[in-house]
Amino acid sequence: MSVQEYFSLVVTDYTLRTITLGTAILGIVCGMLGSFAVLRKQSLLGDAISHAALPGIVIAFLISGAKNSNMLLIGALVSGLVGTFWISGIVKKTHLKSDTALGLILSLFFGFGMLLLTFVQKMPNAQQAGLDKYLFGQAATLVESDVWLMAIVMGVSLLVLLLFWKEFKVQHFDPDYSKSLGFNTRFLDVIMTTLIVLAIVIGLQTVGVVLMSAMLLAPAAAARQWTNNLGIMIFLAAVFGALSGIFGTAISATSNNLSTGPLIVLVAAVFVVISFVFSPGRGLLFREIRHWKNRNDLQLHKTLHFMYEIAKTHEDISHPHKVKILNNFQGYTRNSLKNLEDREYITVDGAMWSLTQKGYNKAMNLYNQQENSYD
Amino acid sequence: MNDKIAIKVDDLTVAYNFKPVLWDVDLSIPEGVLMAIVGPNGAGKSTLIKAMLDIVKPIAGTIEIFGEPYKKQYKKVAYVPQKGSVDWDFPTTALDVVLMGTYGSLGWIKRPGKTQKKRALEALEKVGMLEFRSRQISQLSGGQQQRVFLARALVQEASIYIMDEPFQGVDATTEKAIVNILKELRKSGKTVVVVHHDLQTVPEYFDWVTFLNVKKIATGSVKDIFNDDNLTKTYGINYKVSVLQ
Ligand SMILES: Nc1ncnc2c1ncn2[C@@H]1O[C@H](COP(=O)(O)OP(=O)(O)O)[C@@H](O)[C@H]1O
Ligand SMILES: [Mg+2]
Repeated sequence: MSVQEYFSLVVTDYTLRTITLGTAILGIVCGMLGSFAVLRKQSLLGDAISHAALPGIVIAFLISGAKNSNMLLIGALVSGLVGTFWISGIVKKTHLKSDTALGLILSLFFGFGMLLLTFVQKMPNAQQAGLDKYLFGQAATLVESDVWLMAIVMGVSLLVLLLFWKEFKVQHFDPDYSKSLGFNTRFLDVIMTTLIVLAIVIGLQTVGVVLMSAMLLAPAAAARQWTNNLGIMIFLAAVFGALSGIFGTAISATSNNLSTGPLIVLVAAVFVVISFVFSPGRGLLFREIRHWKNRNDLQLHKTLHFMYEIAKTHEDISHPHKVKILNNFQGYTRNSLKNLEDREYITVDGAMWSLTQKGYNKAMNLYNQQENSYD
Repeated sequence: MNDKIAIKVDDLTVAYNFKPVLWDVDLSIPEGVLMAIVGPNGAGKSTLIKAMLDIVKPIAGTIEIFGEPYKKQYKKVAYVPQKGSVDWDFPTTALDVVLMGTYGSLGWIKRPGKTQKKRALEALEKVGMLEFRSRQISQLSGGQQQRVFLARALVQEASIYIMDEPFQGVDATTEKAIVNILKELRKSGKTVVVVHHDLQTVPEYFDWVTFLNVKKIATGSVKDIFNDDNLTKTYGINYKVSVLQ
């Protein structure tokens, strides 16, 4: 099946449509909420939550003894929340760095989860439960009710963000100031963290414990490169997230054996790479070009300034001078002479150059700017 | 200045990791003063004002703003945090940051509208930053960022202004501009509390001063208490006012 065939099938094929819709919605939720994690520089938080969810899944399975996926989700939710609020408790009580606390909880919960998992795998009904799918995810198991759940989480997240938009903005830019304004910052933090835990839990089945935090962070990190507006950033992150979900699913469906979760994350990573290289303003490429252009300009200005100093000594500023006298000057190259001529700052006649009025004015301005830049 | 007390700190003790940073601090700040808090690095100056603003919880002591706890008075207080305490790469503009100053009086959920925007623009104009209103904040100089922070506090139209090192890393022009605004605030009856680093300018800028080094060393009018004795007690070495000037 080609990608084109896939897109025509999406409309008609129920299973494919369900999976695509699910991964797209998951991408939207992750993009929106991940933006706040990125701005808070809480890159480890997603990792900690998703890893903390694992023991909950296994314990829920042990208690219910069935493969009821809703029970497993509730287990993931509970242990994800416990892990997360344990982390903030540790940070508050001991003043450990939050990265340290995150790492601690992450490895503790994940280690415990893996231990339980190996134990459960030896049980007779473990195979059908397919608990190991939660490690790397298995989008093919998504059913309509899962997608509904994702849609509800998306709706709730959107509603909460719209409702507390200004509160979240000031809270993430300057939490101390937010507190001084009388906002209950603890409440805002709990709401945001709970939403992120929810997003991670609904994504575990699709993307898995290991890659879930990349799903949260990648679309947001990519979006940050393109805009300096919080609202647009979140919108773009949602779009990148949705596209990652859709294309990841499409590629997986068209190439038999590649699993969907890692492909979705891979597409998201492609967005990140493209954004970090090509985005105007912040991208590496444009920064390099700007740097190169600045250096060029500087060289040009140095030459022009040198010419100005020479021309100043003559009654007629356009009095011609030999190109040769520039040879003593470091900033001079053939190229810069040509460049200056293109800009009509000088005219070149054989081995002679002369400054134009325009070039003279420009040089004088540069000179004044230099003088004034020390105020 | 009058007899009313703007901020009253009683027996305040604050500790991080069981290490006391402020020890039994008593302090009354009269309404209408322009006060500097001075002390060496790590003396607890930032911690003291964060305690006043209910940002850090003390292990002992109480703080009253016009006779009531901060929770009831937060609309009367404006805070200018240390510039380095936020990430200036946050995706937002100068105007947007100044608008945050209106959030407190708006309360939960309500968004700033035309009135708020007008006030924010006025504040930006006051600090000479109107033309930079749409500028992404990371593209402002240190002095400009400090002006934006000041404008954000001005928008709050508070009675008490509490600022943490507003002169840190600003150029001479900005320093003058900020000082003028502080003096204007005092003239209109506001109380201004400033954590200040440059001892040399204390007598010129301020009329009230508190010396702090974990404990409160002294508090009072600059005329009465800004002397060698208190400087030495606070900084530990032999300090001379005459050498500063
Ligand atoms: N969040 C914190 N956790 C632990 N120690 C802190 C924290 N904030 C400040 N400190 C410590 O408390 C002391 C006082 O800090 P601070 O109030 O910032 O002093 P100042 O503003 O006078 O330089 C310092 O020793 C500092 O290291
Ligand atoms: Mg400080």
